[in-house]
Amino acid sequence: MKKKVLSVMLSVAMVASLLAGCGNGASGEAATSETTTEAASNEDAAAETAEGGTFKIGGIGPLTGGAAVYGIAEKNGIQIAVDEINANGGINGMQVELNFQDDELDAEKSVNAYNSLKDWGMQVLAGCVTSACSIAVSDKTAADNMFQITPSGSAVDCVATDNAFRICFSDPNQGIASAQYIGENGLASKVAVIYDSSDVYSSGIYEKFATEAANQPFEIVAAEAFTADNKTDFSVQIQKAQDAGADLVFLPIYYTEASLILTQAKSMGFETKFFGCDGLDGILDVENFDTAVAEGVMLLTPFAADAEDEMTKKFVETYKEKFGETPNQFAADGYDTVYTIKAAAEKAGVTADMSVSDICEAIKGVMTEISVDGLTGEGITWTADGEPSKAPKAVVIKDGAYAAM
Amino acid sequence: MKKLRKETKNNLITYGIVILTYIIVQILVATGNMSSLMQGLLVPFCTYVIVAISLNLTVGVLGELSLGHAGFMCVGAFSSALFSLAVKDSFTVAPLRFLCAILIGALSAALIGFLVGIPVLRLRGDYLAIVTLAFGEIIKNIINAIYLGIDGNGIHISLKDAMSLGLSEDGRMLIKGAQGITGTPHDSNFTIGVVLVLVTLFIVLNFMDSRSGRAVMSIRDNRIAAESVGIDVTRYKLIAFTISAALAGVAGVLYAHNLSTLNAQPKNFGYNMSILILVFVVLGGIGSMRGSMIAAVLLTLLPEVLRFMADYRMLIYAIVLIVMMLFNWSPDAINMRKRLMAKIFPKKSQKEEA
Repeated sequence: MKKKVLSVMLSVAMVASLLAGCGNGASGEAATSETTTEAASNEDAAAETAEGGTFKIGGIGPLTGGAAVYGIAEKNGIQIAVDEINANGGINGMQVELNFQDDELDAEKSVNAYNSLKDWGMQVLAGCVTSACSIAVSDKTAADNMFQITPSGSAVDCVATDNAFRICFSDPNQGIASAQYIGENGLASKVAVIYDSSDVYSSGIYEKFATEAANQPFEIVAAEAFTADNKTDFSVQIQKAQDAGADLVFLPIYYTEASLILTQAKSMGFETKFFGCDGLDGILDVENFDTAVAEGVMLLTPFAADAEDEMTKKFVETYKEKFGETPNQFAADGYDTVYTIKAAAEKAGVTADMSVSDICEAIKGVMTEISVDGLTGEGITWTADGEPSKAPKAVVIKDGAYAAM
Repeated sequence: MKKLRKETKNNLITYGIVILTYIIVQILVATGNMSSLMQGLLVPFCTYVIVAISLNLTVGVLGELSLGHAGFMCVGAFSSALFSLAVKDSFTVAPLRFLCAILIGALSAALIGFLVGIPVLRLRGDYLAIVTLAFGEIIKNIINAIYLGIDGNGIHISLKDAMSLGLSEDGRMLIKGAQGITGTPHDSNFTIGVVLVLVTLFIVLNFMDSRSGRAVMSIRDNRIAAESVGIDVTRYKLIAFTISAALAGVAGVLYAHNLSTLNAQPKNFGYNMSILILVFVVLGGIGSMRGSMIAAVLLTLLPEVLRFMADYRMLIYAIVLIVMMLFNWSPDAINMRKRLMAKIFPKKSQKEEA
């Protein structure tokens, strides 16, 4: 009997120390991440830190797993913007600190990441990268009244709460804009769609595209779906599109699958036009992909790494120098997010000692008044429901590079 | 004082641990000593504890390997979230609505578990593991393909896309295929979670101690002997498997009502999750409910407290998992622990030996 009592006491002590340890662990952890981010940001900036205090921006996205490409690109884009801002004197004299946490593309982990950022002292959230995570987290930010701006959460519900805004186009917007663009420019009369039915982004665009197509002078002759489990062989879908006599194939998908579709269509002798959304951005950088196949592909994207304007050139150069890759639109979205926060915070006169809720109220109030010239659009403005307003740019691939249409 | 049976005493200790943990956590929260991360993790802890106990019923008591438990969790999550979303505006008493959601989640998971169990429990060992793995994937893929909406004319369902539902203007989408369910009311909280953990423990521990439970364990230990004394093998296996599925469904309900968005991805309801649940059970000790609980909490907590390691997080997690397994289950480590215990408490071990 005594042994039992002892074992109970021991296990209770264990659990208690475990839980208490976690409380301490979290604060210790916050301290470590602070020092690492500070070390990562510009050294010359560190000297000025004392002046206006620090402004803590958190980010959440997949840094491991299948979607890591998007999370890492966005993190890098945000990092570049933060470094630039710090080198130029910060926001209202405040130095910016960044802490970007991994969510493994899992809504539950995303909420955990949010809570751990809250312990770190985050004041504004630049996240999440993906739609489902963004929706789950916006539920929590609304409860805490923390300002959230998602760079690339494109599902409608991402900005359902009034503290949430976004940088990218929403899925329906892309679908509608694509259908209108094809219709208004008379690109085709018979359109086939190949989309990923297991992907939120792809099926979201397709739905609105199909709805809007009814009002446009073309008809959808084939709508072929594939899923994440079988995305290497597209001959069936391409064959159906060909048999239906489509003179344009709409691809609301990501570039990896699109590059396969283009290659396979070519080898099957299916000569047609291809039209895509921002997911196709990056197709020219796919390894072992013959860019000649992509000749003439049109895409509606807010960002093209080959654009000639000064800002894009500078960003692409810095990105290549730092991370050794060409940035994609996710990186650009991340970059614009930080500058949007900066513009809004400066307009609202946010200071480092304001509470999270006060910052949110202040920034929310001015979001509809600011206009940001970013990589993904000039003069971007926001409506109170969180949607950005910017003109979609259509580009066409010509001689292995993106050219404006 | 009447002397308690060994099992009863053991069970009381298990309940005691849960209740004590609950009290300690409440004190820590009330005094503001708990980080937001920990507070956010409390409900997931309960979710994974319940699902670990439920799988332990299949693996430890029934002695069969199931690799599809995330599938049952998925059924519970989706059916209950669907119910809560559909009645969110008309049924505003949150605790009562959540109770209904729990019952719906448990019953639908039990139904699927029963249907899956009929063909599956005719197999043994590895074959059962593979078939349950397949069932888990089927459930996830079906849910990813369902589009369900509601309008004035009733419920519309399609496996193709949202347009083919033909919803009228006032209609609303409930399940949007791969986009899943969005806008589930946030009904889960730690108190309900702990109550559910206690109910789960009560069901499983009493089942193990019941006539049916002993029949199930006799099948596990020696199927031929059990059959020879007239135990209906299929019936008892089905009972245990269905209860296990229902409890996994309850965990799914808790999961779904903790997040405002729910979609069936490989990450949360795929075989990765099923295997993670199995890891909880194996690490905590097959057949030991208390062990599963502790393992589930530890392994849910670990990746989160390792966040400061940034890129090395998952690597360290894997290494720690290996070390924990070795420490817990390697024969050398067990001997070493025994020797250590003997040194610290010389009297007790002597008494035990004698």
